[in-house]
Amino acid sequence: MDELLSWGAILGRVAVQFLPVWIALVVTYAVSITFKRRLGLYGKLFDSPVGMIGFGIVMFWVFTALFADQVITHDPLAQFSGMKNKVPGTPLANSPEGQYGWFLFGGDHLARDVFSRMVMGARSVLSIAPAATAFAFMVGITLGVPAGYFGGRLDTSLSFIANLVLAFPVILLFYLLVTPEIRLTGIPVVLAAVLFIFPIIFLTILFNARYFTDPKKRNLYVGIVLVLGFWAYSGLAFNMDPLGVWSMDPNLLNVFVSVVFVNSPTVFRIVRGIVMDLKARDYVAAGQTRGEGPWYIMLWEILPNARGPLIVDFCLRIGYTTILLGTLGFFGLGVAPDSPDWGSTIDDGRKTLSLFPHAAVVPALALMSLVLGLNLLADGLREESLRD
Amino acid sequence: MLTFIARRLGLMLLTAFVLTFVVFFLTNLPPNLEKLARSEGSVRMTDESVAAWIEQNGHGGSVFARYGQWLGVVPGWTRTDDKGVTRGRCIQPRQDPAEAARFCGILQGDWGFSTFFKKDVLPSLSEKLAATGWLMMWVMIVMVPTALVIGVVSGMREGSRTDRVLSTFSIASTATPEYVSGVILVALFASPVTGLSPMLAEWGWIDGRTLFQGAASPDRITFWSFTLPVLTIALYGIGYIARMTRASMTEVMTAQYIRTARLKGVSFGQVVVRHALRNALIAPFTVIMLQFPWLLNGVVIVETLFNYKGFGWTLVQAAGNNDINLLLGCSVVAVFVVLVTQLISDIGYVFLNPRIRLS
Amino acid sequence: MTENTWDPSKPILEIENLSISFFTRLREIPAVMDFSCSVMAGEAMGLVGESGCGKSTVALAVMRDLGKNGKIVAGSIKFKGRDLTNMDDEELRHIRGSEIAMIYQEPMASLNPAMKIGAQLAEVPMIHSGMSKDEAWKLARQIVADVRLPDPDRIINAYPHQLSGGQQQRIVIAMALMAKPALLILDEPTTALDVTVEAGIVDLVKELGEKYGTSMLFISHNLGLVMDVCDRICVMYSGEAVETGNVVEVFDKMRHPYTQALFRSIPLPGADKNARPLISIPGNFPLPHERPPGCNFGPRCDYFEKGRCDAADIPMDPVPGGDRHGSRCLRWTEIDWDAPPAKRAVKQKAPIGEVVLRMEDLRKYYDVATGAFGGGEKKVVKANETLSFEAREGETLAIVGESGCGKSTFAKVLMGLETATSGSIMLFDENVQSTPIQKRNTDTVSSVQMVFQNPFDTLNPSMNVGRQIIRALEIFKHGNSDAERHARMLELLDLVKLPRAFADRMPRQLSGGQKQRVGIARAFAGGAKVVVADEPVSALDVSVQAAVTDLLMDIQRENRTTLLFISHDLSIVRYLSDRVMVMYLGHVVEMGTTDQVFQPPYHPYTEALLSAVPIADTKITRKRIVLEGDIPSAMNPPPGCPFQTRCRWKSQVPGGLCDREMPPVQVLEGGHNIKCHLSAEILASMEPVIKMAAE
Repeated sequence: MDELLSWGAILGRVAVQFLPVWIALVVTYAVSITFKRRLGLYGKLFDSPVGMIGFGIVMFWVFTALFADQVITHDPLAQFSGMKNKVPGTPLANSPEGQYGWFLFGGDHLARDVFSRMVMGARSVLSIAPAATAFAFMVGITLGVPAGYFGGRLDTSLSFIANLVLAFPVILLFYLLVTPEIRLTGIPVVLAAVLFIFPIIFLTILFNARYFTDPKKRNLYVGIVLVLGFWAYSGLAFNMDPLGVWSMDPNLLNVFVSVVFVNSPTVFRIVRGIVMDLKARDYVAAGQTRGEGPWYIMLWEILPNARGPLIVDFCLRIGYTTILLGTLGFFGLGVAPDSPDWGSTIDDGRKTLSLFPHAAVVPALALMSLVLGLNLLADGLREESLRD
Repeated sequence: MLTFIARRLGLMLLTAFVLTFVVFFLTNLPPNLEKLARSEGSVRMTDESVAAWIEQNGHGGSVFARYGQWLGVVPGWTRTDDKGVTRGRCIQPRQDPAEAARFCGILQGDWGFSTFFKKDVLPSLSEKLAATGWLMMWVMIVMVPTALVIGVVSGMREGSRTDRVLSTFSIASTATPEYVSGVILVALFASPVTGLSPMLAEWGWIDGRTLFQGAASPDRITFWSFTLPVLTIALYGIGYIARMTRASMTEVMTAQYIRTARLKGVSFGQVVVRHALRNALIAPFTVIMLQFPWLLNGVVIVETLFNYKGFGWTLVQAAGNNDINLLLGCSVVAVFVVLVTQLISDIGYVFLNPRIRLS
Repeated sequence: MTENTWDPSKPILEIENLSISFFTRLREIPAVMDFSCSVMAGEAMGLVGESGCGKSTVALAVMRDLGKNGKIVAGSIKFKGRDLTNMDDEELRHIRGSEIAMIYQEPMASLNPAMKIGAQLAEVPMIHSGMSKDEAWKLARQIVADVRLPDPDRIINAYPHQLSGGQQQRIVIAMALMAKPALLILDEPTTALDVTVEAGIVDLVKELGEKYGTSMLFISHNLGLVMDVCDRICVMYSGEAVETGNVVEVFDKMRHPYTQALFRSIPLPGADKNARPLISIPGNFPLPHERPPGCNFGPRCDYFEKGRCDAADIPMDPVPGGDRHGSRCLRWTEIDWDAPPAKRAVKQKAPIGEVVLRMEDLRKYYDVATGAFGGGEKKVVKANETLSFEAREGETLAIVGESGCGKSTFAKVLMGLETATSGSIMLFDENVQSTPIQKRNTDTVSSVQMVFQNPFDTLNPSMNVGRQIIRALEIFKHGNSDAERHARMLELLDLVKLPRAFADRMPRQLSGGQKQRVGIARAFAGGAKVVVADEPVSALDVSVQAAVTDLLMDIQRENRTTLLFISHDLSIVRYLSDRVMVMYLGHVVEMGTTDQVFQPPYHPYTEALLSAVPIADTKITRKRIVLEGDIPSAMNPPPGCPFQTRCRWKSQVPGGLCDREMPPVQVLEGGHNIKCHLSAEILASMEPVIKMAAE
């Protein structure tokens, strides 16, 4: 138990730790490939090697985040005496019974297990990035579609605002928006109140435009959206959920809101461009000539046909959001000091970078591979959606 | 054309005003001012004396008035205390209040005093900007040609082996933010214990303990100290610009007029150089220009990582030390750089594209 | 070079048993099978067929530019005796542009937007004969003058976007002629152009072909155009040549059922929607990977014989006594080619009823900002100017005109998508002129509907066919329950003769004609009384056009719908309309019954338009009137009469009236309106443009 593990042994042991992930991956691929002809664009992904690799990497991290509790070898926050800055494969000094015997990827400057922190980091990144991207899409779509469709003053003013946000260097914006001081002023809550209302607006308009001819159905759908929406809204934005189900840590809310805020204008611009292109189609004119309202045309005639480029951009944007979250962590902004997220661990590790690189390199490679997977996935999707 | 530039300039000024106001507002939030009071005065000040300090030092009143003073369109504040000493925004220590200027904002060239550098913002900022300028210059020299060549070569024969290799490289490099590539590069080339350096040192190929240096300083710009920071910033941009160039190039290569040229008997090389290149480079030009805000990001990360005391490092210090004037100064510079590049990108696009220029 | 060994009495281009396939991930798709044809020196060969028949693939194979997926699987292409199929890139490069040149459909797309015209032209001799730059530019200038473009010095220094579509196409032709090629391939060179502009291009091509002795391979879907330009013709169907021969012989004595069916489905003078309706070809064009065994045309052929026509591949059979005439039909000797078509159903003429739509003095102006960067002065574009007419129940009113004439604006105003600047639109005695569509009531909206031009655009690609029709029913408040609406949707599919199973299909699974039928079903969902059909068949293949037109006519007869048929195609207008309105630059220049408009006296523009439309009938002679120049932009209309810049009768009007004054509307006998300064005597002295040759 006292020997340093060789690289082969480390990799072997790591592979064993990831066993639940491998099983989940194999099942996913087996099922998907069997039914790929019936699964639309998702199925077609399995015709493209690039897309398959990308999807594989992404799903690897998704499953890692899901099964993180089974994959980790140690408590990611616990410090182990004698393990400070130990190289990968170091056996645990005076390990108690039942403990995993090695630090597979070594120990960091606080003698914590780098491997377990990396695995838990996946969970913290993947629980924020996709959700933040989804919110940014909601905001971008809800504003971009009417801007592109109506044009005129509305478009000019919304585009001006979007360009304002885009003219800020992201880092500066983060330094201004994600600080302990700003949390005291309540600005993040205001921002959250504004940004989180968009999904509710979007879904309400969506169902109303479609079902206004059938009030019974309309009332049902819109009612469900409003009840569920405002329930979650009260909890997430104001932390005032009467049932206490929805809530968000103020630190996290600050980070989340800032990331949504930074991403929305780009989504807005993309959506607006696509809508301006699609609104000249005859089926839009056909909708207009039968007296459809503008929102029906925007959300049911135009938006579904913009889904190809939007899905591709969604994947790319999750990657970009991951990078942004990493940047925040790297500058120690807004996250708890002992958080295992990849940005913060890189920041921690870089102080001892030239002597003990493993503490920073491991999370760096993890982050890179996730973003790479997302980019490859987006590429594969783009290629396949352009085909036939 | 002139009206176009005038309109763009007008819009740019408006944007600059709004942006600087937002920055001013966010840096002068009450909690920031309280923090400033405690660091300038004393940590153990009571809440009342903090409030008094803020009021005394011209940080009270409406944010618009303070923004106006900072900008230099509203007269600077003056206050005479119980002892009859008049102090004010524009009054230097030991200066006769009567002789002081009425306006002293950034429009008058007075960017305020940096609490971090303990000197005026403007000179310290320009010094740091010059340092960053060197870094950026080398980044551009490395990044732009590399990215364009990769993009054009991979886009001119879509789907070929060269294309696949180069595209994979571009995708991988866009997936590697600066703080990742920096860490990996340092681990590979600038660590005495891992990567190449120990091997090279053992074989006696390098004199020092590491191949490249893991830190850089504006005073000593050498190949060994600059390679890693420049590479770190350039890498992300290369991938991004190369992908844009490739997309634009593949689109152009499938255009009907390229077929026309080919069927005129123009050789492949000439088709690419004479017919495709100009059309294909219009889009990447815009991208390169709009890449500046992101480069600024990269600069901040890299300067922090390599401890290079330039503009980005200053920004981090200003924010970390609650140096309001310095942070405002940094923001003005950043916003200015972004807006100017946007303007250049717009105008350049029009000039490159005869279809717009001559219509 | 081996040029000297070629004997000019041999064919310049000889294609033998050519087969071309495209290879996709899933399968090999044969695009052209066993295709043979030969072009003699100075001859013009027409390649005709519907979209997807492989005619463009043949042209690209001759250029050896089939792309990554296309491969020549068998056969040979001999140019001047040398086989192109096994030439290497370097040899090909010498032939391309200097010996064989090609002209394409989209002139704008075929010119490099970032290069001056002169540079693009001069490049050809600089590459092929090593000419110096100055000389090459001089030659370019001369050829630009040759293609009859005004002000060649300005043009060679211009960029493509500064020229109009017609001028661009002339430049493309000039580029092809720079090296005086022996063979010119023209791939639908006029499809993207207006008819009057097309006429000029066709004349130019013919003249230059004769002047330089160039052989031509002319690809077109338009039989009339082929007759105008070519000496010989090759009819293609689904990747095969089905009939080939001398143009006149094939037109008059066709020996293949497909050629016959094609001629029966195009509206020639003499066809009539009631007495002699068109006969559409039943069924659909087979997809390349779903071709039937034996004769490809078998499943759609009237003379199909089971067990024989579908037994084996059918070879080309020479027709004795013909001029290199051949037919790919087993039964051509057995068919009685002179027998009248069996199943031509004569239909009742529908009576014309009350006035349902009346427009008076309708004007629609737009404010447009000029200048590249949004600044600059505002300009008023007069899209419609004093439009007055009425349409009756059950009537078909055709609105004819070329691009920029304002016919689409008119449709938008009528539909309420835009409001008119002044004037009135009376719809069933209700003025809807200034009521935008959002404010119209459901009845009004559902009674005026539209059928769109582009079948690929008319249906929402992400919603199934049934859902799209049901949505129209929901909006028109038709039916009380989902079940009722679903039943009605199925009835509508029956109405447009589509199988009910199509309700669950997505638009991408439908062919162009089928999509257009769904579009028609959707338009009639609310029991429309007035239907605006904006070029509903112009994007469809000829054989499908007939079927869709007839469907529209049948529904009209049943529902007594008023049909406003917007088109630029005079043949189809003559075939189906009761009254015709001719528009030019926003003005109605002539209006009357179909007979009045198609017979003299004409408005000079109508006369030119009639003369420009090619007619695929050897027994008809047309007077050739080719208009100078292009249609002026609606942003910059000429002063006085809008047509004065191109009018050949202008000299007949004394005192330069045409330059100064808008002509008055002259009402001739029978309510025939002509907006022209020409005196009644001159109008009366006009000769008919189209004459049937005495038989």
